[in-house]
Amino acid sequence: MDTLLLSRIQFAANISFHILFPTITIALGWVLLFFKVKFSRTREKRWMDLYMFWVKVFALSFALGVVSGITMSFQFGTNWPGFMETVGNVAGPLLAYEVLTAFFLEAVFLGIMLFGASRVPGWLHTLATFLVAFGTTMSAFWILVLNSWMHTPAGHELRDGVIYATDWWAIIFNPSMPYRLAHMLLASGLTVAFLIAGISAYRLLRGDRGGDAATGLRFGIILGALLIPLQILAGDMHGLNTLEHQPQKVAAMEGNWETQGNVPLLLFALPDEEARTNHFEIGIPSLASIILKHDPAGVVPGLNDFVAADGTVTHPPVAPVFWSFRIMVGVGMLMLLASWAGAFLLWRRGADNLPRPYLWGLSGMSFAGWVATLAGWYTTEIGRQPWLVNGVLTTEAAVADVPAPMVLSTLIVYLAIYAILMVAYIGVITYMARKAAKGEPLPRDERTIGAQAMAVPAE
Amino acid sequence: MMADLDLPFIFAALLGLSILIYVVLDGFDLGVGILFPFASEAERDTMVASIGPFWDANETWLVLAIGILLVAFPIAHGAILTQLYLPVAVMLVGLILRGVAFEFRAKAPPKHKRAWDIAFCGGSLMAGLSQGFMLGLYIMGLSYTWWHVGFALLTAVFLTVAYSFIGATWLIWKTDGDLQKKAVKWSREGIWGVIAGMGLVSLFTPFVSERIFDKWFGLPQMLYLSPLPVMSALLIGAIFWKLRRLPMDADSYAWVPFVATIALFALGFAGMAYSFYPFIVPEALTIYEAASAPEALSIILVGTMIVLPTIIAYSVLSYWIFRGKATKLSYD
Ligand code: HDD
Ligand code: HEM
Ligand code: HEM
Repeated sequence: MDTLLLSRIQFAANISFHILFPTITIALGWVLLFFKVKFSRTREKRWMDLYMFWVKVFALSFALGVVSGITMSFQFGTNWPGFMETVGNVAGPLLAYEVLTAFFLEAVFLGIMLFGASRVPGWLHTLATFLVAFGTTMSAFWILVLNSWMHTPAGHELRDGVIYATDWWAIIFNPSMPYRLAHMLLASGLTVAFLIAGISAYRLLRGDRGGDAATGLRFGIILGALLIPLQILAGDMHGLNTLEHQPQKVAAMEGNWETQGNVPLLLFALPDEEARTNHFEIGIPSLASIILKHDPAGVVPGLNDFVAADGTVTHPPVAPVFWSFRIMVGVGMLMLLASWAGAFLLWRRGADNLPRPYLWGLSGMSFAGWVATLAGWYTTEIGRQPWLVNGVLTTEAAVADVPAPMVLSTLIVYLAIYAILMVAYIGVITYMARKAAKGEPLPRDERTIGAQAMAVPAE
Repeated sequence: MMADLDLPFIFAALLGLSILIYVVLDGFDLGVGILFPFASEAERDTMVASIGPFWDANETWLVLAIGILLVAFPIAHGAILTQLYLPVAVMLVGLILRGVAFEFRAKAPPKHKRAWDIAFCGGSLMAGLSQGFMLGLYIMGLSYTWWHVGFALLTAVFLTVAYSFIGATWLIWKTDGDLQKKAVKWSREGIWGVIAGMGLVSLFTPFVSERIFDKWFGLPQMLYLSPLPVMSALLIGAIFWKLRRLPMDADSYAWVPFVATIALFALGFAGMAYSFYPFIVPEALTIYEAASAPEALSIILVGTMIVLPTIIAYSVLSYWIFRGKATKLSYD
C-alpha cells in the first residue's frame, strides 16, 4: 500500500476515534448542567444521583476526547504538510481560535467542575459546569467552521498556489456551515439521549430500584423523541445545501448515474463503478426527485456528468458514500421509531413498567448515535474526495512523503490502542451501570465530587 | 498598523513561551507519573490527586504550542514534524495511555487498577523520553546520523530525569508526611541528573555550529550572557541547600524547590532560544522565511492578546482554588 492510502486510513482511524468522544461530551455537558440545576431547584436525590453517575462518564469521555484530539493536531504536520502550506492562512486562525477560546476554557474549568464542588461557592461550580459545556460547544463550532469551509470554501483568493483570506465573515459563515453545525449538535444530543436511555434501561433490567435509573430512562427517551424530528429536518436541509454546492456527492449518495427526472429513492443497490450502473436495485419510484426537488419529475444530477472527456473520474467513490448514507438514515429512522414508541409507552405505563423486550432493545441502542455519526461523517468526507479542500486542493497533493512502512507501523499501533481503549471504555461504563444497579457505591474515585458537596446549596 | 509589527518575532516569542509553560507544567505531572513505581498504592492515589485538577489544562499548552507552530510557521511545521514522525508517534501514544489511565484507574474494576497504573507510568515515560529525544535531535539539526541519535538518546534520558525531578519538587510542595519525605529523597537524587543534563546540553550546543559558537563566545556578548550560567548555578545551589533541610517545621518553604526549578527550566530554555534564534528549523529556515501571511498572523494576534491573559488569569484561579496539600483534596 502506498503512503497516500495509508495516511488516509490513519487519518480516518484517528478522527473517527476522536469524534466519538466529543460527540458525547458536547451534549452531555449541557445535560449535566440540566441535572444540576434541576437538583438545586427540586432537592430530589434522584437528580443528584443522575449527575453523579453521568459526571463520571463525562470525565472518562472527556479524557479520551482530549488525548485523541492531541493526536489529531499533530496529524496535520506529520502526515498532511501540504494542507497547512496551502490553506494555512485560513485553517490556521480557525484552529488557533479553537485552542484559545475553547480548549483552555474547557480544560481549566473541567478541574473546577469535577473536583471543586467543596472548594468553591455553589454558583461558581454551576458556572464552571456551564463554561465546560459552552467550551465543548465552541470547539465544535470552530472545527466545524473549518471542516465546512473545506467542503464549501468561500471568502478567499488563490495567489501563487497559496490561499489568502479575503473575507473572514464569508469564511466563517460559509454556505454549508449552519447546516453542518446544526446537524452535528443535534447528532451529539441524540447520541447522548440514546446513551442515557440505553444505559438506564440496562440498569432497570438488572433490577436497579434507585429511582435515578427510571428518571434517566424517561429523560433519554423524551430528549430523543424531541430531537429526532429536528435532526431529520436538518439532515434534509443539509442534503439540499449539498445538492447546490457538491452535486457529485449527492449523486453518489443517491446512487444515481444519469442526470434525469423521476429518480427513485433506492433502498438497496450494489453500485458498480466499473460497469457504471447499479445491481439489484430496490427503490421507491420518483421519491429522490421529490425529496431533492420537491417535484416527481425534478431533474437530479447523475454521476456520469462527473467524468472528464479523457475518462478521469471527478466524483467520489460511489459504494462507500451510498452505503454509509443509508446506514445513517437507517439508524435515524430506528431512533424515530424507538423514541416515539418509548414516549407512547411512558405515557401509558410509566417509566417503571416498560416491557422488558423494549428495554432490551433500547439498551442495545446505547451506542446507536455513534454508528449514525460515523456513517454521516463517512458520507460527508468520502463524498468530498478526491478533493481535500473542494476545488482547491486534492488529498493527494497534501500528503507527506513519509515512507509507507513508517506510516503502516504507526497505523497498526494506533489501531491496537484504539481497540483496547474502546473495549475498556464500554466495559467500564457497563461495569459502572451494573454496580449502580446493585446499589453498590461506584468505585472509589478521589476525583469526582462527593454527595455531601452536592448537598451544599447549589446556587 | 499591525503590518509594522515584527509579527514573526512576536509569534516566535509566543511559541517559546507556550513551549516553556508546557515543559514546566506537563513536566511536573509527567514527572509524577514517572515516579509511580517508587510509591506505594495509597501514595499513588495522593500523587494522582495532586495533579488531578490540572493535567488537562497543562497538556493544552502543548496543543497551543503546536497550534502556533502550525498556524504561524506552516512550512517549518511540516518540515519539523515529518522529520520527527516516529518520536512524535511514540509521544502521542504515551500521552494517550497516561491521559486515559488517569481516568480508568479510578473507575475500572479494582482488579484492573494495577494495569492502569502501569499504563500511567509507562505512558508518562514514553512521553518524557520521546520529548527529550526530539529536543536532542532538534539541537543537532534534525538529521539522523548515529552520532546525532546517540546524543538524542542521552537528552531523552536527561529530560525524563528532569521531569521526574520537577515532579518530585511538586510533590514536596503538595503532599505531607511520608510521601513528602520520599519526594525530598527523590529530588536529592534527581538533581544530579538535572545538573548533568543541563551541563551536557550547554556543552554541546555551541559546537553544533560555528554560528551558535560565535553567538556565545564572541565579545562582548559573552559578558552580557554571563548572568545566565551564573544564575543557573546559584539556583542549583539554592535548591541543593534547601533540599538538605526539607521538610521543615510547619512545612515552611516546601514550595521553594518547585519554584526554583521553574526558574532553572526558564533559564535553560532562554539559553537555547538564544542559540537558535532566528532559526526555526535549525540552520535551515528562519522564522522570517517560514512565517504565514501577515493578514493571517494579525487576526490571530488580536485574539491572542485578549485571550491569553484571560487564560493565564483563570489558570491562576484554578491553582489557587486547589491550593494546599493534595491529601485534603480528595473525595469532595
Ligand atoms: C445521530 C446522528 C445522525 C443522524 C440520526 C442523522 N445524521 Fe445526517 N449526519 C450526521 C449525523 C446524523 C453527522 C455526523 O453529524 C454528519 C456528518 C457531517 C455533518 O455535517 O453531519 C451527517 C451528515 C449528513 C449529510 C451529508 C452532508 C454533506 O453533504 O456534507 C446529509 C445529507 C445528512 N446527514 C442527512 C441526514 C438525514 C436525511 C437524516 C435522517 C434520518 C440524518 N442525516 C440522520
Ligand atoms: C469528526 C468527524 C470526522 C470523521 C469521522 C471524518 C472522517 C474522515 C474520513 C473517513 C476521511 C477519509 C476520506 C477518504 O479518504 O476517502 C477523512 C478525510 C479528511 N478529513 Fe475528515 N472526518 C471528520 C471531521 C473532520 C474535520 C472536522 C476536519 C478538519 C478540521 C477533517 C479533515 C479531514 C482531512 C484533512 C482529511 C484528508 C485526509 C484524508 O483524505 O484521509 N475531518 N475524514
Ligand atoms: C482534524 C480535526 C480535529 C482536530 C485537530 C482536533 C483537535 C482536538 C484537540 C487537540 C483536543 C484536545 C483539547 C484539550 O486539550 O482540551 C480536542 C478536543 C475536542 N474536540 Fe477535537 N479535533 C478535531 C475534530 C473535532 C471534531 C470534528 C469535533 C466535533 C464536532 C471536535 C470537538 C472536540 C471537543 C468538543 C473537544 C473537547 C474535549 C472532549 O470533549 O473530548 N473535534 N480536539
